[in-house]
Amino acid sequence: MRLRSFVAAVAVSALGISLAACGGSDSGDSSGGGGGDATLTYWASNQGTSLDNDKQVLTPVLEKFTQETGVKVNLEVIGWNDLQTRIQTAITSGQAPDVVNIGNTWAASLQATDAFLPFDGDAMTAIGGKDKFVPTALATGGKEGTDPTSVPLYGLAYGLYYNKAMFAAAGLQPPKTWEEMVTAAQKLTVPAKKQWGMALAAGSYTENVHFAFINAAQNKADWFDADGKPTFTGDGNVQGVLRYLDLMQKDKVANPSNAQYDNGTKSVNDFATKKVAMVINQNNANSSIVANGMKAGEYGVVPFPAPAAGEQVASHVAGINLSVFKNTKNKDAALKFVKYMTDGGTQTTLGKPFASLPVLKDAKPAFTTDAAEAATFSDIYNTKSKPLPLVPAEDQFESTVGKAMNGMFAKIATGGTVSADDVKAALKTAEDQVAASS
Amino acid sequence: MSVATQEATPAAARPAKKKSKPGLERRPGLNRWLPYLLLAPAVLAELLIHIIPMIVGIWMSFVKLTKFFIANWSAAPAAGLGNYKIALDFDNAVGEGLLKSFGVTVVFSLVTVALSWVLGMAAAVALQPPFKGRAMLRTLFLVPYALPAYAGILTWNFMLQRDTGAVNHVLEQLHLSDGTTFWLIGGNALVSLIAVATWKLWTFAFLTLMAGLQSIPGDLYEAASVDGAGNLRQWRNITLPSLRPVNLVLVLVLFLWTFSDFNTPYVLFGTAQPPAGDLITFHIYNASFLTWNFGTGAAMSVLLLIFLMIVTGIYLLVTGRRSRRA
Repeated sequence: MRLRSFVAAVAVSALGISLAACGGSDSGDSSGGGGGDATLTYWASNQGTSLDNDKQVLTPVLEKFTQETGVKVNLEVIGWNDLQTRIQTAITSGQAPDVVNIGNTWAASLQATDAFLPFDGDAMTAIGGKDKFVPTALATGGKEGTDPTSVPLYGLAYGLYYNKAMFAAAGLQPPKTWEEMVTAAQKLTVPAKKQWGMALAAGSYTENVHFAFINAAQNKADWFDADGKPTFTGDGNVQGVLRYLDLMQKDKVANPSNAQYDNGTKSVNDFATKKVAMVINQNNANSSIVANGMKAGEYGVVPFPAPAAGEQVASHVAGINLSVFKNTKNKDAALKFVKYMTDGGTQTTLGKPFASLPVLKDAKPAFTTDAAEAATFSDIYNTKSKPLPLVPAEDQFESTVGKAMNGMFAKIATGGTVSADDVKAALKTAEDQVAASS
Repeated sequence: MSVATQEATPAAARPAKKKSKPGLERRPGLNRWLPYLLLAPAVLAELLIHIIPMIVGIWMSFVKLTKFFIANWSAAPAAGLGNYKIALDFDNAVGEGLLKSFGVTVVFSLVTVALSWVLGMAAAVALQPPFKGRAMLRTLFLVPYALPAYAGILTWNFMLQRDTGAVNHVLEQLHLSDGTTFWLIGGNALVSLIAVATWKLWTFAFLTLMAGLQSIPGDLYEAASVDGAGNLRQWRNITLPSLRPVNLVLVLVLFLWTFSDFNTPYVLFGTAQPPAGDLITFHIYNASFLTWNFGTGAAMSVLLLIFLMIVTGIYLLVTGRRSRRA
């Protein structure tokens, strides 16, 4: 009897591993009330310098919405490490908020769950029509040829930040090609001063997969075919990944410690504290750079360069989208809220503190007073960006390829070498994992 | 005489019993159901928290529960043994990954349990005789057990950083390394994982063994001492056999805890867990949540459950048989 009880306890403990995570997350109150003075629950992603900073920025904006419409908004700001899991849990349990921020690269994957309200003709009209958005930004809202289940809220793009004083002291110009960037980075790598040419978030799977995508796009390579099947092991993909890994391996312009940088903040901090001459980051790095001691004007931004003979892709179309859960009991209020958040006035108000690019046609960037920087990022976003694969398996592409790159950077950092064959083998493993889960 | 006494005793006792519990005697129905009523909340909680989720988990392992169906579980198509085939196909990336993480977990569990037991036993024996400062040391040893796991492991994460961590700094000061060792990526990740898990766990072994030592009669040691047995011999011939029942449970519990440890790798490595520290629980979490394949994740969980049940069964059988022989 005692043995049986014990075995049952063991069984339960083991199964709890997978099940505990599937149930019972605190998903907020989604009941709200059917009409009249409805209350919306809004999950916002972390855009500012902290979760509290986000609350401070958003609270007056949400209060203004309540004054205008009578609809109250319960705000919860969620960090990026937790957001995807919280959304999954909300979908699984049905205990979802009304409106939620998503990373725009997740749009097609989340659309596939059928848990989100499609912005079809009526819904799109209710939020002000599709023509108000920048087409590139709106294209990230879901699978091509379908009604999007998310609309753009904040636009982001990668740029190559460089330290003007370090470049001037070394007699260097901002790089226009990959080769120039590597040459400059090597010249600015001074081990005696513990100074490196570049900082890479080489332990962050999300950052790594973005650069796998961009470098492969510069080689004109795709990650999925027209049927949505993974094509990870193509030469363009392998060489693109290897080129990025070589910044640490062959070119030796990044500190091996970067293999432990599991988020973009650490590499930005190295740049802001002048330990490195360059960093590739999205435009929302501005506030962190300044907060860490570098003055605006001490750095410049150019597009992340492609090889001389490569395709001029400098970024993926990055950003945050807004989605409405299909099971909301406050559909009209939720659509009003989406319209308000994507309205020109609100966009201008939030553009500066969140350092975001405008997602509305003809809107001007508010995130910087530096006209050259604003023009550079706008140009990258509008003409040198390519959306990440708009397929249901996109999130699996991010996790498997990104983690494969983490592993390869770790191998390089700890003294190993990674060849093209090794890259191909790692991408094959990632491809198998995606295929098994599709 | 004795018969009369025996007959008289219950008759004499009855009124006294009636006096002390009058309500129960008057309501035999309640008397019968009261134990079940008192047990009901626990049974209900057990059902809700453990049994039902376990059944749901087993069901999940037989359906194709991917992102296309998580909003509507009941519509997920049957997968038969498909999820198990994927998990156990060691020529495929998914199965190969599971096998590797299983191997890592076996090594991790065996070494962590062994180290925790040895440290716990050493400390418990050392702190057995009374001396000045013993109470303070006992309290100090229990700090890792009392500290919230998250805070403790996160502190280790800071200390094990390559450039800014205290561990490399101390090793460099002691001229034991050049201070550039990676502890959280590469092959050392498993060493770090074992060290942190042992730090977290050994105090439980210490606490349990200390309690066990209190129950051994002191005159056994006195007698052995008179007979000329040294400390080591006393430990081997008195302490170890006396602690056998405690050790049987302790080792099993430590093994089950380490084998299903999720917090340590999750907090220590974050989302960037290295292959050398890829414990099976974290592997299952990734399979479920990063690739949105909850069916395969559930199948892996069930396989882990079966493995732990077999190990537990064999362990209890073998140790039980030895106990009976002894």
